[in-house]
Amino acid sequence: MTEPLVRIEAVSRRFGEIRALEQVSLEIRQGEFFALLGPSGCGKTTLLRILAGFEHPDSGSVTLDDADLLAVPPHRRPVNLMFQSYALFPHMNVAKNIAYGLEREHLPKAEIRERVDAVLATIGLTGLARRRPNQLSGGQRQRVALARAIVKRPRLLLLDEPLSALDKKVRAEMQLELKRLQHEVGITFVVVTHDQEEAMSLADRVAVLSEGRVRQIDAPVPLYERPADLFVADFIGANNLVTGMVGADGLQVPGVGVLPCPVPAAAVGRAATLAVRPERVRLGTEGGLAGVVRDVTFFGGTTRVAVDVTGLDRPLLATVAGATAVALGDKTRVDWSASDAMLLGND
Amino acid sequence: MSATRTPPRAARRERLVGRLATLGPGLGYLTVFMLVPLALVLGYTLFHRGRFGGIVYEASADNYTRVADGLYLGVIWTSVKIAGITTLLALLLGYPTAYLIAQLPRAWRTVALVLVVLPFWTNFLIRTYAWIILLNSEGIINRALTGLGIIQRPLELLYTQGAVVGGLLYAYLPLMVLPLYSAIERLDPQLREASANLGARPARTFWSVTLPLTLPGALTGCVFVFVPSLGNFVIPELLGGGRTVMVGNLIRDQFLKARDWPFGSTLALIVIALLVLLLMAQAWAARRLTDGTDRA
Repeated sequence: MTEPLVRIEAVSRRFGEIRALEQVSLEIRQGEFFALLGPSGCGKTTLLRILAGFEHPDSGSVTLDDADLLAVPPHRRPVNLMFQSYALFPHMNVAKNIAYGLEREHLPKAEIRERVDAVLATIGLTGLARRRPNQLSGGQRQRVALARAIVKRPRLLLLDEPLSALDKKVRAEMQLELKRLQHEVGITFVVVTHDQEEAMSLADRVAVLSEGRVRQIDAPVPLYERPADLFVADFIGANNLVTGMVGADGLQVPGVGVLPCPVPAAAVGRAATLAVRPERVRLGTEGGLAGVVRDVTFFGGTTRVAVDVTGLDRPLLATVAGATAVALGDKTRVDWSASDAMLLGND
Repeated sequence: MSATRTPPRAARRERLVGRLATLGPGLGYLTVFMLVPLALVLGYTLFHRGRFGGIVYEASADNYTRVADGLYLGVIWTSVKIAGITTLLALLLGYPTAYLIAQLPRAWRTVALVLVVLPFWTNFLIRTYAWIILLNSEGIINRALTGLGIIQRPLELLYTQGAVVGGLLYAYLPLMVLPLYSAIERLDPQLREASANLGARPARTFWSVTLPLTLPGALTGCVFVFVPSLGNFVIPELLGGGRTVMVGNLIRDQFLKARDWPFGSTLALIVIALLVLLLMAQAWAARRLTDGTDRA
């Protein structure tokens, strides 16, 4: 299960002055659900198009099953893509859309029909086989696009922002379904998304990209708990980030004081940023920093409290379970355990 | 509440006035310049020519039995054939042209489209005379060929059906290229990528995706070329030298030379009926190609 299926090595691609990909290297393992995550313009879509064969890197190599993938024309690659816009053929009905890829393999008609029927049952659209794409809802179109890609039984299935066009409720449903399907068909999935929640909830491993470079590749939990750099710490989840100078017993912030955090000996005397997750921040009556409650947002299960601390330009966020006793304008103290915070270099 | 709201009847009247104000001029124009002349043409077909021209108002179906004569049917058939060949050639030439223009970088597409419509800026007659100079037995093509020793005697290029088809093709090709270009350019490039991704070679993608989805544009282009080709009488006259008589020439001669308005009207009405049938077929086919239901 952990065999690398795809090896991407030192891939670079430029469009004029823009560096879409800069020395990107990563491995995608057989059977895993992999996510390429990053803000728009980070190069994730370019990488996806390189895997599908619609783009060619300026340098670097891509192999699939240890064979050079870049030498294979797009229509011969065992790689299928679910387009963000779905790109269903408007002049063909659902069944014909799904059969299109199988017909290109010149399979016997009976087998094509069998496989189309089977995949229609899997995605729950058996009754809609004769509908045209413009007679379907967004969620149904998405299922057809997915069926059209998986029916080919590719080695690698690429999904470009698969859930972005769906409304919130359908999204949650499809999210579960994608995971179920991935287990069922056992195909390696690569999803491209700018939505970190989507990546975290779907994928086994996530590669965070920014400005054409890979920032970190990790499973969702380590990615959240041990971000490799400032970009990842800020991009994944909510975080309190405070800049200062590293002292012997914490981060010294002028006008605020010393903030608790673990201090590696090598970092002392350097500028650094402290990151602490809102759910690790405690509100209380003693210790820590003094502040004034600026905003209270109740989410049901949790409440997020924003506290203005004198000397900091951004309010500190604290997430507390359930409802909270503090109200707007209350004086409070903000504190956290040194071990819950981490220091990140300012690069 | 009721004081601020307009009562329903007044609102309806207001809407009617609004509609008339916007539709009125167009409807008026169509009534005066299309419906009335059409009614006149229809009316004339029932009468016959007086001895010195003019119209004798005695109703009969004589004009229609006269059209059934092989001579006239032959002319109509020749016209349909020439217009059909012209349309087919325009499609075969226009599709690759439109396709290549759509693949150009955006700035060059505009240049190419301007070049396609550029001939329209010169007078139609002058352009047709230019063809006479080219095709003539003493013309540029024949002199070049004899000069190069490829042929001994000049070819008969002018005053043939081929010259008529060539002239019509030259005149109406842009009307094929423009709707085709717009259809091809509108096509989502991701559909072609999806086809390749599903294992289709470029040729298969063209036949299964690009061509079917641009057929409505091709149909529009065909109608744009066929309709003016069928009725044209200047090109058959100048390039066909009166040897190739098309139905347009026949109608003009009935009105202006034979002074037989009733029979000219009958021929005109038959051409109109043919074109209406064609437009209906085109509309039906276009709907068939683009609508959501699958009746197959």
